[in-house]
Amino acid sequence: MTERLVVNPIECDGHGACAELLPEMITLDEWGYPIVDGRPVPPALDRDARAAVSACPTLALRLLRS
Amino acid sequence: MTTAMRGTSAEGTATDLPRLLPASQQPQEWHAHAARYGGRVPFRGAPGRLIPDVREAGLTGRGGAAFPVHRKLEAVLDAATSRRKTAVVIGNGAESEPASDKDATLLWLAPHLVLDGLQLAAEAVGADQAILYTHADRRHDVGRRLEQALTQRRQAGVERVTVQLAQAPPRFLSGQETAVVNHLGGGPSIPTFIPPRPSERGFDGAPTLVQNAETLAHLALIARHGPRWFRQVGTAAEPGSTLCTIRRADGTARVTEVPLGMPLRDLLGPVTLDGAVLIGGYHGTWLPVAQAVQLTLDNHALQAAGARVGAGIVITLPPDSCGIAETARVVRYLALESAGQCGPCLNGLPRMAAALAELAGARPRRQARADLERWAGLVTGRGACHHPDGTARLVRSALVTFAAELDRHGRGRCSGTNPRPFLPVPRAQARTEEDWT
Ligand SMILES: Cc1cc2nc3c(=O)[nH]c(=O)nc-3n(C[C@H](O)[C@H](O)[C@H](O)COP(=O)(O)O)c2cc1C
Ligand code: SF4
Ligand code: SF4
Repeated sequence: MTERLVVNPIECDGHGACAELLPEMITLDEWGYPIVDGRPVPPALDRDARAAVSACPTLALRLLRS
Repeated sequence: MTTAMRGTSAEGTATDLPRLLPASQQPQEWHAHAARYGGRVPFRGAPGRLIPDVREAGLTGRGGAAFPVHRKLEAVLDAATSRRKTAVVIGNGAESEPASDKDATLLWLAPHLVLDGLQLAAEAVGADQAILYTHADRRHDVGRRLEQALTQRRQAGVERVTVQLAQAPPRFLSGQETAVVNHLGGGPSIPTFIPPRPSERGFDGAPTLVQNAETLAHLALIARHGPRWFRQVGTAAEPGSTLCTIRRADGTARVTEVPLGMPLRDLLGPVTLDGAVLIGGYHGTWLPVAQAVQLTLDNHALQAAGARVGAGIVITLPPDSCGIAETARVVRYLALESAGQCGPCLNGLPRMAAALAELAGARPRRQARADLERWAGLVTGRGACHHPDGTARLVRSALVTFAAELDRHGRGRCSGTNPRPFLPVPRAQARTEEDWT
């Protein structure tokens, strides 16, 4: 089972907490909204990915099983 | 706008067109429909039974995305079965694209074919209710025609599932499928995030099939004549016919039904080779005429040129219009129509519109072109719906197709001598709460 990060752009308010916790997979665009790497989260980043998901204040960031 | 629907020969045999539209161009009442197609809806007796025929026919959605119809039918039926929740079917006749007129024409001239398809789709997924969603703001009173058609059908005793009619607000996004479901459920007419897909959890939480009006009409004919008949026109990979809205440089427009794979040269009629055509509407692609006349109207051929059939809109730019100014007007409209709920769309589309407006004028900054390219890349794939992707596709194709004209603008010149707007764009409206509801 692999998991991928997805951001619900309707809920996301662009404060960027996620990018701080997971810079390897999330960068911010010039307006402050996250650009999320949609590839499977590698095991080494699993913990940081979960931390980023729980840090999102609007529950916009999710891990989806695929 | 005139509505000319010329097939290649008389009605009757399988390869003849039109299949969907009446050759007479007169609205088909129930008795005329019954005389042409038979007075019964060819129900199959149980959910799922029609699906293998649809798969074999290779029918794809005619609302723009060309998604295989059998896969959506299967997904909705599976979700309904596994969740033990009865499905709902929505016929999408919103036709929110201002340059398109094919669904309104179909619903006006052949309402019973769409309503047959709605009943058959409902049976295929085991639905117990159906909704037909139409544009409120068109040249014909499609809503009234459909009410009359439903009365005729009830009198003829052919309706199984109750069909409700609903009106789409005249906004670009109102035809997007999650916006349709959202609006019909009492919410605003703006998209929602996927997942969940409507096929999983849509109208009233039920597995919901959303299918374009034209798609339903093709489905009705596949149920009657079978997949082999359907495949007698079109290409092997993209079978069947498709309705197109053709807008010529002289300002005339018509809706016509053509086989997929038709040479664009034949579709376009008289053109000047140094001109440009817009394929696929406002989420579509500008191509130089010289390139377009080498192509055929199917996704396989168009993909190579970065274009797609979309909802079948083909527009020839008049030689005296400026393609950049025209695109700038359309992109301004598209930016105003953004639901403004996703950061990249909210920020990117108005900036793209402003940069294009600058490029449409004299001596734009050099930076404007680079900004546009970057923003087009930045918004793509980052909205809850495909509105930013389609807008970016249009913008990028304009930058390529009108590259020489952009250079001219850089030198303070423009080859467009006719300032009159050509592409149909509804009056720009500021968004207010009630517009969405
Ligand atoms: C911005 C936007 C507007 C759309 N408008 C329409 C529309 O007016 N009518 C339509 O049938 N599909 C429209 N679509 C496509 C629908 O989301 C959906 O894919 C379609 O109704 C499914 O039917 P089909 O598979 O039979 O084509 C739109 C999509 C987008 C992104
Ligand atoms: S933390 Fe959540 S709301 Fe903030 S930028 Fe990331 S996804 Fe968006
Ligand atoms: S991408 Fe744009 S148009 Fe689509 S839902 Fe988001 S804000 Fe609305």
